[in-house]
Amino acid sequence: MRNIRHIVKKEFTQLRRNKQMLQIIIVLPLIQLLILVNATTFELKDVTMIVSDLDKSATSGRLVERFTASGYFIITGSTESAEHAAKGIDSSKAKMILIIPNGFERDIYGKLSPDVQLIINAEDGSAAGLIQSYASAIIMDFNQSIVRKIMRIPEPEINQGIEIRDRYWYNEELDYKFYMAPGILAILVTIIGLFLASMSIVREKEIGTIEQLNVTPIRKHEFIIGKLLPFWIIGLAELAFGLIIIKLLYDVPFEGSILLLFGMAALYLIVVLTIGLLISTTSETQQQSMFIAWFIMVIFLLMSGLFTPIDSMPGWAQVLAVLNPIAHFVEILRRILLKGAGPSEVQAQFFILLAYAVVTTFLSTWRYRKVSG
Amino acid sequence: MKAFKEFVRKEIYHISRDYRTLFVLLGMPIAQLIIFGFAIRTEISEADIGIFDKSKDHVTQKIIDKIVSSGHFKLTEYIESPEDMEKSFRAGKVKQIIVFEENFAHKLGRGSAQVQIINDASDPNVAKILNMYASTIILDFLKGFNQNGMAGNIVIAPQPRMMYNPEMRSVYMFVPGLIVLILMLVSALMTSVAITKEKEKGTLEVLLVSPLRPQTIIIGKVIPYLLLSLFNAATVLVLSRAIFGVPFKGSMLDFAIVTVIFILVALGIGIVISTISKTQQTALMISLAGLLMPTVLLSGFIFPIENMPWALQLFSKVIPATWYLIILKAIMLKGLSFGYFWQETLVLIGFMIFLLTVANKKFKVRLE
Amino acid sequence: MNNDNTNMNTNMNTTNSLGYDKAIVSENLTKKFGRFTAVDTISFSVDKGEIFGFLGANGAGKTTAMRMLTGLLLPTSGRASVAGFDVFTQTEEIKRNIGYMSQKFSLYEDLTIGENIDFYGGIYGLGRSELKTKTSEMIEKFSLGDAGRKLIKDLPLGWKQMLAFSVAMIHNPQIVFLDEPTGGVDPITRRRFWDLIYEASSQGKTIFVTTHYMDEAEYCGRVSIMVDGLIEAMGRPNDLKLQYGCDSMNDVFVKLARPE
Repeated sequence: MRNIRHIVKKEFTQLRRNKQMLQIIIVLPLIQLLILVNATTFELKDVTMIVSDLDKSATSGRLVERFTASGYFIITGSTESAEHAAKGIDSSKAKMILIIPNGFERDIYGKLSPDVQLIINAEDGSAAGLIQSYASAIIMDFNQSIVRKIMRIPEPEINQGIEIRDRYWYNEELDYKFYMAPGILAILVTIIGLFLASMSIVREKEIGTIEQLNVTPIRKHEFIIGKLLPFWIIGLAELAFGLIIIKLLYDVPFEGSILLLFGMAALYLIVVLTIGLLISTTSETQQQSMFIAWFIMVIFLLMSGLFTPIDSMPGWAQVLAVLNPIAHFVEILRRILLKGAGPSEVQAQFFILLAYAVVTTFLSTWRYRKVSG
Repeated sequence: MKAFKEFVRKEIYHISRDYRTLFVLLGMPIAQLIIFGFAIRTEISEADIGIFDKSKDHVTQKIIDKIVSSGHFKLTEYIESPEDMEKSFRAGKVKQIIVFEENFAHKLGRGSAQVQIINDASDPNVAKILNMYASTIILDFLKGFNQNGMAGNIVIAPQPRMMYNPEMRSVYMFVPGLIVLILMLVSALMTSVAITKEKEKGTLEVLLVSPLRPQTIIIGKVIPYLLLSLFNAATVLVLSRAIFGVPFKGSMLDFAIVTVIFILVALGIGIVISTISKTQQTALMISLAGLLMPTVLLSGFIFPIENMPWALQLFSKVIPATWYLIILKAIMLKGLSFGYFWQETLVLIGFMIFLLTVANKKFKVRLE
Repeated sequence: MNNDNTNMNTNMNTTNSLGYDKAIVSENLTKKFGRFTAVDTISFSVDKGEIFGFLGANGAGKTTAMRMLTGLLLPTSGRASVAGFDVFTQTEEIKRNIGYMSQKFSLYEDLTIGENIDFYGGIYGLGRSELKTKTSEMIEKFSLGDAGRKLIKDLPLGWKQMLAFSVAMIHNPQIVFLDEPTGGVDPITRRRFWDLIYEASSQGKTIFVTTHYMDEAEYCGRVSIMVDGLIEAMGRPNDLKLQYGCDSMNDVFVKLARPE
């Protein structure tokens, strides 16, 4: 126990001396939460659009008005030539072309269903999908209200049919930052923990002090706990720091128990740190371990459901997601912060992380040897 | 020239002996390509939903059948009370709950019935899209239900057409991004680390006192990385085409010209970083935090620049990768030629001249 | 043939002050890395309080042998004990009884001398007051003065090496292993370093030291010369010079290391 204290003290002294590292630890969360939360937004606004209104009727004008009034679209050009419109997309002047056919109004009055064409730049598939659903929603809305008014259907009959009411729970304003901020917090805790731990042993290897430590009577578990404990504390401190920032900057709701959140983070950090340790014991140089840590992190991150929902991944990727600790932590953070999930609602994640922690702790301690073969 | 060849050979040995780093360098792009190509889907299918049917009659059953058979949804929860709704959302079991009011069929027959679509908006985009799917299905149902010519059956049908990427596959957008990332990673990051390593170990001094000119040394050092990055980029290009059918519509020549310009930009950045950092650690940190992160996040690789706050949009303009990415997408996906992107190309050339001049100056200053 | 030679030399050296009590005993100790035999059936013993020089060219197997004796590396075959503990089964007990200064510099460059002492001393279970005394003792001994508050990286190499030696001895071990402790150090500092070694030896500590410098070999009580994993010669420097008909240890070494 005493030995652990000595190592922890040494680690903190070294950290205090390492100005660059200190800067990274303090500045990284600020930059990440300031830039990443704003940069990683898939929120749709100001979609550029070219209108090709071939009908030029009052009704078609109303439809166009619906688009501009929605707040999601801005018109950057209007043309009757299909060629000009297509050029607009080629030169990235617009993301979407709305083509209203000739005879649009006439068809409506004739109780026919006219077609409206939406040409969307789909280089970015997900943005295109979103643009399509926003545009469709506007047209649907137009279907329900405007068409009826045009047809002068008497008041009581407006309610004819099914009245659909939509509700957006946990994020009524559909603020994308509420969704991203907890995810970025998960990245932050992971990056700090993984990189510090992955550098820990290999650094002592490179400067030669590991030999000196290995001839001391220090016990393996004391050494490992002593090495990782400071990073564990830093990781939790970063989480606290990050939580304050997202509350102050973005007013993200904290619906659930903060204590529960920290409890889960404490467990998650053990998983991250022992993975880092495993990387560190198997690498020869700091450069190698950094590359490997980075590689693992990018893969885990992309598959974590942070940016794209895991539900819509293929089966094998969903299976992999169960094995992905970052995915669980992202889910935990979002569930507790945004939805106010209690212990029983994150217990599945808890047990998976627990199992993970046992395995990675075992692997990393087994891999670290004071005596080589 | 012989000395130069020996020099390049030495550098190739360095690279090939460190198989862990090589594994990351070669494996990373391929792993990412596979993830982007196979795992990341933009279309939302089989989203888990719950039904809270207070009416349980033949009409609600028909609507539920229609929703389930649409392919967008998977019905996982039957909800019996308002409290259960909260629970299901919090435990992450469902993304949407559709609530039918009591006596639904009866009320509909008399005029109007109400259905509520409650979305888990913690992910706003998914919520919005799922809401759209569900309401479309319900309205569609209504259209069939009201055969007797009510207003509902005049529906303006949006006919969407997806340009350049009809299936909206994310891999289309990520392949150009991956190429940018690889070129940055190998040309800028690896170069900066490799030069700093020689500096740190003192071997750079030895090289500088040799009859080789400093410029020759630097060129000798960067050539293997240049070859590696070209090889890497070619692998991604070939794989993306063979496995995922990502098109390459434009001209290879245009692609080659712009790519060489961009590689020179990246090498310039790498050399400049190496002159300002004392240790590999610093070089690595500057490259990762100051170079790769902005390249991934702010160049439009993953996240659309138009959605960002103006300050970040402005910042994205000083990232060379932003410009290269625009050109790359224009060539590969749109099949355009220089007429369309000569301005972006000029910007890149500007970056190149600036960075190479600075690199050359900085490196000379170090010698005196 | 090598074994005969070794045994003969060992037998010639039983006149040590501490008599039969051996600090280190090695019998046919061997280490193979794949097909390569780094250390080949070496046998020797070191008496308590002796300064034992372990010589050999680069790559002769010195460091490998030392790593086995300090419990850092598991031997392939043979037997050895250090301070009475077995190198196969009791590596942790060995570690409690030895000091070790590795070829690579072993103090933390970004810590002060006091902080290094606190850390290493703490690991060996030294109390707070003990650590304080040790620190002030050391600062006084090397007349560090204000430099005692400096980070290790700001000290000259000579001081660093002497401090590393003192830190390796912080827990008052009975046996000290030094792996090329004076590499890259100027002659005057080297001389002072050897004063420290003598001082430790006079306190009854056993010193096991590897070196390249043949003048240093002359300072040892007994030396062994390793060539290609084998111990080619062992004995007192003067005896070896006589035996091989050379004027200096340097010539003995050259004769053995390069038979042609």
